[in-house]
Amino acid sequence: MVDLHDLNRPGVKCTWCPGCGDHAMLSALKKALVMIKQDPEKTVVASGVGCSSNLPHWINTYGFHGVHGRGLPLAYGIKSANHELKVIITAGDGDTYGEGTGHYIHALRRNVDMTFICHDNQIYGLTQGQASPTSLKGTISKSTPYGAIEEPFNPLMHALIADATFVARAYAGNLVQMAEIFAQAIAHKGFSIVDVFQPCVSFNKVNTFDWFKERVYKLEDTKYKPNNKFKAMEKALELGDKIPIGIFYKEEKPSYHDKLPQLKNSPLVKKKIDNVSIKKVMEELF
Amino acid sequence: MTVEKNRLVLKIGGEAGYGIMSAGQAFAKLCTRAGLFAYTHTEYPSLVRGGHNVFAIRVEEKDIKCPIVQVNLLVALNKQTIEKHKDELTHAGGIIYDGEEVNIDELNIRPDIKLFNVPLLKIVQEAKGIKVMRNSVSLGAAMAVLDADFKLLKESITSAKKKSQKVATIMEQNIKVAKEGYDYIKNNYPEEFQVKLVPVLKQPKRMLLTGNTALSLGAIKAGCQFHAQYPMTPSSSILHYLVSKEHEFNMVVKHAEDEISAINMAIGAGFSGVRSMTATSGGGLALMTESVSLAGSSETPIVIVNCQRPGPGTGLPTRQGQEDLKFVLNIGHGEFPKVVVAPGDTTECFYETFNAFNLADKYQLPVLIVSDKHLASCNETIEPFDTKDLKIDRGLLLSNEEAKKQEDYRRYKVTESGISPRAIPGQKNCRFRASSDEHDEFGDIEESIQNRVDQMDKRMRKMDLVLKDIPVPKVYGPKKADVTIVSWGSTKQAILEAMEYLKVDGITANFLQMMYIHPFHSAFVKEFLESSQKVVLIEGNKTAQLGGIIRENTSFEIKHQILKYDGRTFFPSTIYDQIKEIHKNG
Ligand SMILES: Cc1ncc(C[n+]2csc(CCOP(=O)(O)OP(=O)(O)O)c2C)c(N)n1
Ligand SMILES: [Mg+2]
Repeated sequence: MVDLHDLNRPGVKCTWCPGCGDHAMLSALKKALVMIKQDPEKTVVASGVGCSSNLPHWINTYGFHGVHGRGLPLAYGIKSANHELKVIITAGDGDTYGEGTGHYIHALRRNVDMTFICHDNQIYGLTQGQASPTSLKGTISKSTPYGAIEEPFNPLMHALIADATFVARAYAGNLVQMAEIFAQAIAHKGFSIVDVFQPCVSFNKVNTFDWFKERVYKLEDTKYKPNNKFKAMEKALELGDKIPIGIFYKEEKPSYHDKLPQLKNSPLVKKKIDNVSIKKVMEELF
Repeated sequence: MTVEKNRLVLKIGGEAGYGIMSAGQAFAKLCTRAGLFAYTHTEYPSLVRGGHNVFAIRVEEKDIKCPIVQVNLLVALNKQTIEKHKDELTHAGGIIYDGEEVNIDELNIRPDIKLFNVPLLKIVQEAKGIKVMRNSVSLGAAMAVLDADFKLLKESITSAKKKSQKVATIMEQNIKVAKEGYDYIKNNYPEEFQVKLVPVLKQPKRMLLTGNTALSLGAIKAGCQFHAQYPMTPSSSILHYLVSKEHEFNMVVKHAEDEISAINMAIGAGFSGVRSMTATSGGGLALMTESVSLAGSSETPIVIVNCQRPGPGTGLPTRQGQEDLKFVLNIGHGEFPKVVVAPGDTTECFYETFNAFNLADKYQLPVLIVSDKHLASCNETIEPFDTKDLKIDRGLLLSNEEAKKQEDYRRYKVTESGISPRAIPGQKNCRFRASSDEHDEFGDIEESIQNRVDQMDKRMRKMDLVLKDIPVPKVYGPKKADVTIVSWGSTKQAILEAMEYLKVDGITANFLQMMYIHPFHSAFVKEFLESSQKVVLIEGNKTAQLGGIIRENTSFEIKHQILKYDGRTFFPSTIYDQIKEIHKNG
């Protein structure tokens, strides 16, 4: 039986700031894994670098804390070697929408059966408060002392355009719904992306818990159905006084690794390699 | 005139896009099948159309392993080929050309040269073929000049894969025009040429392959199951070959979105327990550097291939150079264990790649293979590789049974050897995190002084074992010699052939081939060089990079240097000439 207790790492000190939205995300992720009865020994949490990317150290699964912005390709390799593993990527907004944007767009196109969760605090947390690609226009930060002049990156819109098959947004102020979304995202067969509004209490003085509380509303409380890409795009553009959270879009499609015939019978890691014969391919060169 | 048998260089040249490579390849193949040894060498600019391409095929009855400068028969599909290469022709060599396109009188050809004027284009047009088929006509003509059996060429053309009816029709057409080229020579130039091509009686089956194919075969034999790459000349053919075999050998081969992605994918797959590789050239390797360091800190086995080409910047994308040695040795920020190996020929590309995977697994580190355009793209006739002694060693990788028995598993356990037993995700009782941050034995971030020192020492200790595991540099030639040559990588075979020429002149030479360059066998190299007479360094770069590395490791300064950074490969004759010069001047 999978229980929360088994996912905790009591001896390891969590270094996130008190009150940070990351704590709720970690709890929600553990809850989600329990909800879908996911075996932690068959789970890998991969990440890049940032406050958010420290998460693998605080959940008792396998983990790989890699380099800044590269969690997605790392996860692709992990999954390709053993597609029986559940692979979850925890990332930062600077990490994936800045340093690793290229990987993000291509991961969306591939529909690898993995779950990407972005701790979107609209700021660079670990490097102490520079504007991130999702910072709102006008944001004053250490790197934008005169106010950010670029349009913010819209991760959900990109996800929809690049044909991701599960696109959602959660809010770290609502742990129950967030856990539910994570559970659905992880259970989804294909690439799932969940962008999470995760207020940074130390460096983002604009997009605070109070700021979000006034604006977010749940799509599930409306008549919205996540099965129409155009409607989903409309919702993804809704970033004004009211901001939707929930599942924007969902679609069933064969996953990337399902399309590889060499993986049909077993994952690569289970295949024997000690007696590969190259006789035939050498003869092709005669 | 004495007519030689089976000892020639045929060079075919023309604009890119006119089938120069495929014609050359077909000729090398037919020679290989006729029981001869072929070695091909190509020069081309970084262009899809236009520009000047040449493909040379050296053929002999004995095993040859490098190109030479002289040409016996030049097949010129344009005027430029004659202008650029006529001086390479041997005495009484020949030129096949199309007199309707080239005014030969303008070109100042030496009187000893035999001219074969063949209406290449007209033959193609009359057969309703397309212009590119001039390559087949000229190849047919070349076969006739060499008094070879047309059947050899016919078999070579038809042995290619017939994927569709269309391809089969094109093949038929090619054979037809090739025969016309052949007959044209037989009818119009019946006199004997200086060299003949005759199949040898015993024709053992041999392969014709490039270093990149040999390297790919080494990876397949080693059980590599994951390869990610972003195309970049001269490394791309590794991607092409491996992807064509991915179903047959249970591999996932991925054309990634960029090199940073490629190496991170490979690291992920390595962490997950399969043998994995990436390949690139200098610029792509530059993008990978941060993650090479990640492989070092997370102790993830991975093989990284750098097929060098000359820089700086985009440099000479399709040309030859050995300029990345110091870059590869110093790759990645911070200090971490790694292995650098530079195979010297096609055969070594195979065996050293196989070994690279063992080293990566045994010592849990990145292994960098340094190849170059020459090795990557020259075809060589070779006996099938002997694989019976190749044993896979996965080091301290835990089996599922061993993993299950673990209590208090520590992925980065500080051990005497520095190597820690390695678990992989999916196994029981071993959950751990790999980390690019400095970490404790469990893989968790830990910055205390003691831990830092312990982990750094543990990782670097592995290098002592690697040094004991890798062979000392190979020495070719007599123990004591007038001249001692030191070099690395693809210069090997040109050096060995140059040594034969020197021997004829009574100059004895030996050759220290630096193949495993990191870690460095300092004591061996120091002793060898200090007991040598005249030491000469040969490298394909401007700054004598290996010379610097040798000085750093042995304090031995090599004064005589033959350095080449013109974007072209070393030929034995150039090495011979320069060593003669150095020898003479004392
Ligand atoms: C290649 C590289 N560049 C820069 C950094 C420095 N760095 C570490 S975390 C970070 C940004 C963190 O922001 P984000 O990804 O949003 O994560 P957060 O800390 O906000 O969770 C930066 C720039 C790095 N570690 N590596
Ligand atoms: Mg952030």
